[in-house]
Amino acid sequence: MTDLTVQNLTVKAGRTTLVEGAGFALVPGELICLLGPNGAGKTSLLRASLGLEKRASGMASLNGDDCASLSPMERARRVAYLPQQRPLAWPNAVRDVVALGRYAYGAAPGRLSQPDADAVDRAMETCDLAALAHRSADTLSGGELARVHCARAFAAEAPLLVADEPVAALDPRHQFRIMDIIQSYVARGGGALVVLHDISLAARYASRLIWMKDGRIVADGPPAETLTAERLAEIYGVRARVHGTLVHIEGAA
Amino acid sequence: MKQNVWLLPALVAASALALFAACLLGSTPMSPERVLAAFFGGGDAGDRLVIWQIRLPRALAAYMVGASLGISGAALQGLLRNPLAEPGVLGVSASASLAATFSLYYGLVALSPWILPLSAILGALAATGLITLAAIRTRSVVTLILIGVGLSSFAGAAMSLLMNLAPNPFSLADMINWMLGSVANRSFREIGLAAPFILVGAVILLASRRGLSALTLGEEAASGVGLNLRAQRILTVLGAGLATGGSVALAGAIGFVGIVAPHVIRPFVGHDPARSLVPSAMFAGLILVLADIGVRIIPTSNELKLGVVAALIGAPAFVWIAIRRRSSND
Repeated sequence: MTDLTVQNLTVKAGRTTLVEGAGFALVPGELICLLGPNGAGKTSLLRASLGLEKRASGMASLNGDDCASLSPMERARRVAYLPQQRPLAWPNAVRDVVALGRYAYGAAPGRLSQPDADAVDRAMETCDLAALAHRSADTLSGGELARVHCARAFAAEAPLLVADEPVAALDPRHQFRIMDIIQSYVARGGGALVVLHDISLAARYASRLIWMKDGRIVADGPPAETLTAERLAEIYGVRARVHGTLVHIEGAA
Repeated sequence: MKQNVWLLPALVAASALALFAACLLGSTPMSPERVLAAFFGGGDAGDRLVIWQIRLPRALAAYMVGASLGISGAALQGLLRNPLAEPGVLGVSASASLAATFSLYYGLVALSPWILPLSAILGALAATGLITLAAIRTRSVVTLILIGVGLSSFAGAAMSLLMNLAPNPFSLADMINWMLGSVANRSFREIGLAAPFILVGAVILLASRRGLSALTLGEEAASGVGLNLRAQRILTVLGAGLATGGSVALAGAIGFVGIVAPHVIRPFVGHDPARSLVPSAMFAGLILVLADIGVRIIPTSNELKLGVVAALIGAPAFVWIAIRRRSSND
């Protein structure tokens, strides 16, 4: 079983501390939503956890191996990463973009081995992209493109997924679709850590919520325990009413 | 996906035809039979001399220069994720040309025949390295092109300075050759001096081409799928620097071929940078061999320089590609 374990992680940029003393664990079967206002250090925490950004102190490990010393390919086989910025440089066919998810297995879009091709097909199936396989990526809508990036991440068939705002700028239907896809991945035995800004969406899907503010993790637990009106006021500075997993934000506090 | 199976065979056939045509055409017309005879060691001595000493080396030089610029252009475009990247536009060719001129001017070339290709390669590597350092700091494509413009201008100014100070008309003519780019009067000896560098550069670029596909996703996601970004940058810069430097050592600075060829090839290879390398190299080689045939048979009082013709065709194409680019993928 693959697990991502982060202990006492601190990230600095020059003299500014972006993340301080953060710790959490991601294991298969869990869907963790990472919540916090802009600038709370969510992306830095994710990147440092994966060894993509230098940490000032602390430890991040995948199956006990330090993320910072794993080779990029070895890391990619254990955890799929969907970054916030997802520019596509060329108008490739959808299937070719998804095939790039197999990079860590030595695949290239032009030559996929049978296992690679099968993994690509499964990922396209999961994200409902079969009909778009040969479409050029620059002709897709935002919702379709989000599914292509999801499929790209799933094509690696890694046991863990880290996704930075996978539903940003999507309409409500597509937000649910993407979260459904991630939920079904978790149901099949994956573990996902997802940054979200929509608190209701997070409360609905997450098995655990991690709340961040000013570079620190201030709470970590199931929605039923950690989602309160006081917490929303503390983290986001908003007045809100909370009923179970229903959130009604009334305005700035 | 839309990999065109006829692309490579067609390019191989067209390249062979163009090289043969280059041996066929020239100031003394020769029939195909005489060319073939001379080619396989028969025919009369004069024919063999013309083919083996003059026309074939010249055509091969044009093809090699085109191929190295084409493969470097395709690789740099993949690395920088930008269809406008090219050794000429980024100032790599001009810097290599400056370094070569410098070694000529100070007579360093007298020390060893390897000095000229080596200094051109040093110039190319310095410029490619600088561009890549800038690419790490900035995400703006415009900034990179501007740095390229700056490098080209600086190299041009330094060349003008050297020309200004040129001690005699002969060295002046020599320098103009380097600035404008030409494959006239190249021998197998000069090809042999540049070929190892071009070959090593091409091998490095081909060996690391898979990473260029991954970079389609952007640097962040490319690292996410398992790309070693640092190694990829170093290999592409090194490969493109060696290949471009080698080509400049052979023919001086020839611009815009490296931008036009990958642009034409890309739709045929599913817009995959990795798969565009080899066809781009062959197509760019083909363009330069044809342009050089043009240079030789167009009746002008002074023979046109290959680089001038390449720029006359390539620069408008560059402007056209730049205008058609959507501003969104900046």
